[in-house]
Amino acid sequence: MDALSMDARSKAAGTGEIVYRHTLPVRLTHWINVLCLAILLMSGLQIFNAHTSLYLGNRSDPAHEVLSMRAVQKPDGKYAGQTTIGSVTFDTTGVLGLSKGANGRWEAVGFPSWITLPSYRDLATGRRWHFFFAWLFVLNGFAYLTYALVSGHLRRDLAPTGRQLKNIGHDVVEHLKLKFPKGEDAKRYNVLQKLAYLAVILALLPLVVLSGMTMSPALDAAFPFLVDFFGGRQSARTVHFLCATGIVLFVFVHVFMVLISGVWNNMRSMITGRYRIEPAE
Amino acid sequence: MEFNSKLSRRGFLTRLSAAGGALLLGGCDQLSQSPAFRDILGKAEGVTQRVQRFVLSQRSLAKEFSESDLSAHFKANGSLNVDDPTYQAQVPLGFSNWRLKIDGLVARPTELSLDELRRLPSRTQITRHDCVEGWSAIGKWKGAQMTPLLQSVGLKPEARYLVFHCADMLAPGARYYESIDLIDAFHPQTILAYDMNDAALSVPHGAPLRLRVERQLGYKHAKYVMRIEAVSSMVGIGGGKGGFWEDRGYEWYAGI
Repeated sequence: MDALSMDARSKAAGTGEIVYRHTLPVRLTHWINVLCLAILLMSGLQIFNAHTSLYLGNRSDPAHEVLSMRAVQKPDGKYAGQTTIGSVTFDTTGVLGLSKGANGRWEAVGFPSWITLPSYRDLATGRRWHFFFAWLFVLNGFAYLTYALVSGHLRRDLAPTGRQLKNIGHDVVEHLKLKFPKGEDAKRYNVLQKLAYLAVILALLPLVVLSGMTMSPALDAAFPFLVDFFGGRQSARTVHFLCATGIVLFVFVHVFMVLISGVWNNMRSMITGRYRIEPAE
Repeated sequence: MEFNSKLSRRGFLTRLSAAGGALLLGGCDQLSQSPAFRDILGKAEGVTQRVQRFVLSQRSLAKEFSESDLSAHFKANGSLNVDDPTYQAQVPLGFSNWRLKIDGLVARPTELSLDELRRLPSRTQITRHDCVEGWSAIGKWKGAQMTPLLQSVGLKPEARYLVFHCADMLAPGARYYESIDLIDAFHPQTILAYDMNDAALSVPHGAPLRLRVERQLGYKHAKYVMRIEAVSSMVGIGGGKGGFWEDRGYEWYAGI
């Protein structure tokens, strides 16, 4: 079937050409990653709740918190949840510092029960979840990176071309108008997609692993440069928290894009690999 | 009309996702409490221990800091005092009648006074103390080195762990205890600390003696150490998991 008749047929059916977009290793590692990141985030917030402050350097000096959450009693006797970032304090009652637990009762806790794993306070179990899925996440990440390098996925699908980089301004404008590529251009990732994925795969996710490792007193003895790289164990804890925040922001944008650029088509392509190309006008 | 139906659909979807989320969380909580599932999650500890021991050599030292790095306030955690008349009687005497007992699988069971411990080969180190809760503090520790002490009492070949029996009860009826294996016992930075920040160890920090095992988390650093027992297994000691917190679900290997 030549391209012309394919095009004519798809136009007639109103469906568009179907391409094989995601290979099995990409789909598999993607969904394992979804599971790992969800559990790592929720168990990570359970661990954070054991000490709801962040610092820079090696020590946790109470006077030098860069972020902290707490419950305070106000002059009228009522309690409020407060979050301080730098020197600015926000009232975060109901969400951070003070929130309703699973039983409906107010509790003084950093992140609320509905987003932590387990939902009740249990640091030991939170750590079990976290480290089990941290290993799965790291092994999955290595499997993906090895595949991406060996198969050419990284070079072929993710590295932006010179032409794409030159036209980045145009892409930004089109994205802001929520207009997405069609036809030939839709067969590969656009430049913003490529840069976002590369930043996550090569910077954010490795950084979250390395900053997590730096919180380990044993690994700090084995690899002293880790602590120096982050500027101290407490800095590493702060970076770990920021990376997690970055991942959450990425996921929000990613899921939003999936929803508005053809949710069923996108979901099908990440499950079966097949993606329908909307014909160019 | 259409507006209304959209609203209710949105309401329905919100309720559905809330119910789905609650179900998922409830499911995770149930898994968290299932002994079989906890055991599966716990397998990660063995992997972590093997990998960390592989990348750590016996000579890998925890970083040592300088005096200017010391924490102005070093938080005391866990037990802050010991509710025991024999212990309390020793506090005003500076623990002069107190004895550390070393027994179990050793060739020469020994009792040592604080003065005798102070005369043993010592080591001074300024290190970072990392609590499992997430905070860190830097303190200066001076104590008897474990290696020459163990050589003098002579470990029997079947000895695999050292159990540190403590004076404090952190839960009703549950005396604190901890254990380390011989790799950590013979590490050069493993000491029985009697001084902290150039003063005799205070009661909140574990007077008269606390363990420093610098490449592991804070709860391994047993305070109020009364007796060191060399054993071949943890069976029959406390809850059998090798420590007070280990009996309550925490990792025995606390390298991370």
